Amino acid sequence: MLIPFFYLLRDGGMKTSITEMLTLLEAMKRGVAQQNVDDFYYLARACLVKDESQLDRFDRIFAVYFKGVEDSFGDLMDDIPDEWLRRQAELTLSEEERAKIEALGGFEELMKALQERLDEQNERHEGGNKWIGTAGTSPFGAFGYNPEGVRIGQNGSRNRSAVKVWDRREYRNLDDSVELGTRNIKVALRRLRKFAREGAADQLDLEDTIDKTARNAGLLDIRMVPERHNAVKVLLCLDIGGSMDDHVRVCEELFSASRSEFKHLEYFYFHNFIYESLWKDNRRRHAEKISTLDITHKYGADYKLVFVGDATMSPYEIVYAGGSVEHWNEEPGAVWIKRLLNTYPKAIWLNPEPRNRWEYTPSVRLTREIMGDRMYPLTIAGLDAGIRALH
Amino acid sequence: MTASKFTGTSTYVATEDLMIAVNAAVTLERPILIKGEPGTGKTQLAIEVANSLGKPLYEWHIKSTTKAQQGLYEYDAVARLRDSQLGDDRVHDIANYIVRGKIWEAFEADEQPVLLIDEVDKADIEFPNDLLRELDRMEFYVYETKRLIKAVHRPIIVITSNNEKELPDAFLRRCFFHYIKFPEKETMQQIVDVHFPNLKKDLLSEALNAFYKVREVPGLKKKPSTSELLDWIKLLLAEDIPPEALRMEDTRKAIPPLYGALLKNEQDVHLFEQLVFLDRRANSRSQ
Repeated sequence: MLIPFFYLLRDGGMKTSITEMLTLLEAMKRGVAQQNVDDFYYLARACLVKDESQLDRFDRIFAVYFKGVEDSFGDLMDDIPDEWLRRQAELTLSEEERAKIEALGGFEELMKALQERLDEQNERHEGGNKWIGTAGTSPFGAFGYNPEGVRIGQNGSRNRSAVKVWDRREYRNLDDSVELGTRNIKVALRRLRKFAREGAADQLDLEDTIDKTARNAGLLDIRMVPERHNAVKVLLCLDIGGSMDDHVRVCEELFSASRSEFKHLEYFYFHNFIYESLWKDNRRRHAEKISTLDITHKYGADYKLVFVGDATMSPYEIVYAGGSVEHWNEEPGAVWIKRLLNTYPKAIWLNPEPRNRWEYTPSVRLTREIMGDRMYPLTIAGLDAGIRALH
Repeated sequence: MTASKFTGTSTYVATEDLMIAVNAAVTLERPILIKGEPGTGKTQLAIEVANSLGKPLYEWHIKSTTKAQQGLYEYDAVARLRDSQLGDDRVHDIANYIVRGKIWEAFEADEQPVLLIDEVDKADIEFPNDLLRELDRMEFYVYETKRLIKAVHRPIIVITSNNEKELPDAFLRRCFFHYIKFPEKETMQQIVDVHFPNLKKDLLSEALNAFYKVREVPGLKKKPSTSELLDWIKLLLAEDIPPEALRMEDTRKAIPPLYGALLKNEQDVHLFEQLVFLDRRANSRSQ
């Protein structure tokens, strides 16, 4: 019965594999979860979900699939005659257990109580027959005709609170299009790694030492190598001020994450768009400008260029000379950005504005065109795609 | 069901979903991967599982320089080189220079052990991939001595991760997974009860209120977690702070005492003080 569930998970975009499904089935066979649906839910989650950003998706698919299943169990239970339940129960109960039930007010009483509870549940909300056991192989056990079952009845309030844990969707904010912390950014940036040994030789190269010593007839010959580190070089250009104020936090996080990840990181600021000069210190932006041409001369073509900005402005600021809001620019911004792109073929633009708003802003469309469509939203998924484009 | 079933211990509160995940790992003898906010008791879990099931614990703490091979064994070439220069007889048997790692030790334990692989994400990206066969088949080959080491009893492997690196799919498929989410107030109360059984009720509820309020402050870089709360309560007890002092509604003392235990980031402390200040000003105006 779980095969359709498996395919529903896969259709829902989860990367659940056959081995994981088999693990779940094996765990069920070995009796890890047999008390109730919640246990099954927890077990399925532990087996099939391997990333907290997928938990919410799993919860939703689980709800869709098992809502139907539960309802069908409900119908099934309604149709079972009392007599039959009772006989079945008497058959399976030992003398001792029956005495226990007797002590609780007799079988009839107990049964009535359970029935009432069940009705109550039905009235309160649909799919309320949560008392039914996992996968429904034995409705009787779960329905309270053995000591196990009776306990379920007594724990009613606890179980009720646990009902539909998956419907609470507690992991919603972990979905990968939403949260973007420094840590997540780092994970994404790590894709952009290229290890190399450069600089001073300050580590013992054990293998080479042994090799050279052996060749040296046993006399020690110490060999050293430089430390291994990330050799990727990045130029980061950040839009600052104006409409970017809404995105300060996410840009801060991106900045601090990139600073710790890349040994060769150079960053520059601009306002709205790239012109003939950029700056490194926002407080002294008018005093200490760095010519864009100098940058292209100083940093080699092996640098990867990353713009961060919302690209939201008047289109004049991009295509006309003198279009800048801050100063008179002799050449339009589009010319300058093309110069940069010519020097640095590996370039992307990260836009903190949500992607669905891009279409409505002409300047974003224009920038995207200039970038050759290499504009990505500043989310985990977007960053990921952008980093891939930088390779 | 088997007798060995993890249900939390007198010093560790396990939620129902965590118990199911751990028991699945114990029953099927497969590794379990634990993720969650820092300070929610990921490492502690392995220790408690070992305690409650009465099994020996082997701990392997991973650093950024740790190689997978180090968990299996290491060939101490330098020692052998030294011995050869000194003319030691041991040098003729390479087995003398094979140093056993934590995984090897766990594989050869007399009874089923618990093996903790702590902070697996600290190591290099390829690290988990190098352990696939070891975790799956629970065996590895020592090339130097041409020996196959196979687990006598498949250990219960608990792996923790802080999510600094993505783990490869092939590795994840071999594990059960559990994400320890931040405990709700009820669970938190149980956790504090377990650690400070004689804590006054009113102090606890005031402390929890203050704690969750601090967590709700928007824009904190590092939200205080369970372990910070426990430290803070320890301090409150040591300083004998009365419960009334913790009431955040009291505008004159709006900053909870000893908040240094809760906020570990300078910017967070600054932000928090600012918010309290604004709040206080708004309150005094409205009065």
